[in-house]
Amino acid sequence: MNKHKNRIILTYGFMFILLLLVGFLQSWNVSLAILNLCIISAIMSLGINIQWGNSGIVNFGAMGFAALGGLCCVLVSMPITNSVWQLGGFKVLLAIVIFFIFIFITNRIWKFFKHSPKKRIFYSVSIFLIGFMTMRLIADPAIQSIESFESAKTGYLGGVNLPIIFSWPIAGLFAAFVAFLIGKIALGLRSDYLAIATLGISEIVLYFIKNEDWLTRGVKNVNGLPRPVPYEIDLQNTDWLIKLTENYDLSIIVVSSIIVKLAYSSLFLLTLIIIFIFFETVSKSPWGRMMRAIRDNEISANAMGKDVKKRHLQVFVIGSAIIGIAGAMMTTLDGQFTPASYQPIRYTFLIWIMVIVGGSGNNYGAVLGGFLIWFFWVESEPLGLWIIELCTSVLDDDSLLKNHLLESAAHMRLIMMGLTLLLALRFAPKGIIEEQKRI
Amino acid sequence: MDFWNAITLITNYILIPGLSYGCQLALGALGVTLIYTVLRFSNFAHGEFMSFGAMVSILLMWYFQSLGISVYPIPTIIIVLPISIIITISFCLLIDKFCFSFYRKNNSQSVILLIVSIGVMFFSNGLIRLIIGPDDRNINDGERFLLKAKTFKKMFELNEGLAIKMSQSLTIIITLILVTFVFWFLNKTKTGKSMRAYSDNKDLSLLSGINPEKVVLIVWIITGMLACVAGTLYGLDKSYKPFTYLNLVLPIFASAIVGGVGNPIGAIIGGFVIAFSEIIITFAYRRFLGYLIPENFLPETLMQVLSTDYKIAVSFLILVIVLIIKPTGIYKGKLI
Repeated sequence: MNKHKNRIILTYGFMFILLLLVGFLQSWNVSLAILNLCIISAIMSLGINIQWGNSGIVNFGAMGFAALGGLCCVLVSMPITNSVWQLGGFKVLLAIVIFFIFIFITNRIWKFFKHSPKKRIFYSVSIFLIGFMTMRLIADPAIQSIESFESAKTGYLGGVNLPIIFSWPIAGLFAAFVAFLIGKIALGLRSDYLAIATLGISEIVLYFIKNEDWLTRGVKNVNGLPRPVPYEIDLQNTDWLIKLTENYDLSIIVVSSIIVKLAYSSLFLLTLIIIFIFFETVSKSPWGRMMRAIRDNEISANAMGKDVKKRHLQVFVIGSAIIGIAGAMMTTLDGQFTPASYQPIRYTFLIWIMVIVGGSGNNYGAVLGGFLIWFFWVESEPLGLWIIELCTSVLDDDSLLKNHLLESAAHMRLIMMGLTLLLALRFAPKGIIEEQKRI
Repeated sequence: MDFWNAITLITNYILIPGLSYGCQLALGALGVTLIYTVLRFSNFAHGEFMSFGAMVSILLMWYFQSLGISVYPIPTIIIVLPISIIITISFCLLIDKFCFSFYRKNNSQSVILLIVSIGVMFFSNGLIRLIIGPDDRNINDGERFLLKAKTFKKMFELNEGLAIKMSQSLTIIITLILVTFVFWFLNKTKTGKSMRAYSDNKDLSLLSGINPEKVVLIVWIITGMLACVAGTLYGLDKSYKPFTYLNLVLPIFASAIVGGVGNPIGAIIGGFVIAFSEIIITFAYRRFLGYLIPENFLPETLMQVLSTDYKIAVSFLILVIVLIIKPTGIYKGKLI
């Protein structure tokens, strides 16, 4: 017990010192930027941890949920575009409702013809296709008129003009809803299949976001999302800051951007703490014990009368909601929504490395993993450059090999991450902070 | 005449691209399936193995070009294939020795091996980018077309042309040779039979004196060979860019699963199913129908089920549908 606590204090202290070091050696701006994304990564890895570490569900769809969270930011905070709505917004809505009605009918038919597979496939496929075609017939012209309306500026439906901070809980709810649908159909699969299926679904979600310009502007990006914190330029015009910087002889530009970043950090930290406390309570509760029992032995848990399928769905929804919130936070921090920037390596697999390196099955480990791995993901570029310079220092300055290696030092990041994961799995499979044995 | 125009159109835009893309997917899926049946895990690093093979081929090609060796009209990269296959196999064996073998001996869960393969994926992707850089490279230095659209039009006096790329025909021929070889090996030779026995029932096969080390070795040799050829052919057909291979993993898994994981024939069929459905669903049929039905009946739209932006998403969609409705695939494979 004490050893566990010591280790937590030691590793968290180490992480803190690393961030301080960056502050002193590089700049405080960089250090805070890293810290902000560290916190977001920690929240994402908490989301994966409750699924994988606590319940043994392999969810490779983190990217999709993060992107959905980002989309929520756009839908909640951007101004309403009335003219576009009148052009075709309601028609699109109508088409979507019709499509869902048809999906519902298809589902009913699928259940109705339980005993005749041929009829089942024929009727449900044809009803689905009819529904799909009707949707396309109604929506296509409307979408075209939406997308062609001032496409350089808007060309999409816009949002509902609420403060962007509201998008975080809404993103959680939205991601939870989507996770519920996905979980309903995919959670029956076993581990490897579930991994591939969730990866595939997250790609489909991303393709949808990239290509449905009427909703998301697609690859044209949505820029200039409102902020929950003041702008640097406004801060630079306030009297107290001007006085403060003059007194201490500091650069006002640097100080104002540090203040903005600190404001973000405190917001994020607050969210992280709330989620962390929630997860700690949950995993100590009977529910958490039950989840671990299911993880360790599904069959016996089932025999004890636990509804494994339902629990899995529950935990899948909760974890995905958390990832959705983190995705919304990330988009808020960026101030723009760029669908093309979502890649599975960065948003799915990296989070998995965080959970496994940090220590799956306990929340302290997941948070530490999020901090540590994100830190090295960012800092591996200078670090990689340094390693390569060290290794090639014996070579001549104008040797081809040395120059080539120095040029491609940026790719050291992937090598280092891969090595970290492999080494962690081999020599510390339980992660840096091990899950405690509970009695 | 209109009928033949329609047929040519379909051949040119669906049949031939589908065949060559299907071949590339089939080769990849065969590798994934073999690893799955014998070593019992889903190898996410397979795309990177393909990329590695292609990269080695390119490096060798540059060396050969600098020596002035060429076999015009065939691209130089084809003649370096045997050497790059050997190098790719060695790479696979090294990776197996340092990464996978430890967990195999410990009888780890397949999920753990899957996560290990993700680590390998990261590592090899970084290594490849470190060696060759992330740029897009066109590696076809041979004749581009076997049959040009213009020549075809003149020959048959049609409106529509039929073009066959050199890379497409090479893909189909090499795939045929390779797949025949692999099936002959699996079904006819003693080693192949011992491999199948090992995958069917590990304990029983060990009892009958099959050397597991040898089986694993041979699986990696075949997988490395398939990965190298598939990667090189894909790079030859499109262009070589390390990033694309990352996105190829999922269509490959889709092919393997649609066909039935663990079934070599299924992998081949699955590759073609995925390739053709990607193209068929995103093809605009307006011009095709224009040849067959009178103009006044022709609808306004492009007659496209999904826009071409969704091309790759189609394979994921099929994957998800198959996983949910019939997880064993077309040819009954194993459940993962």
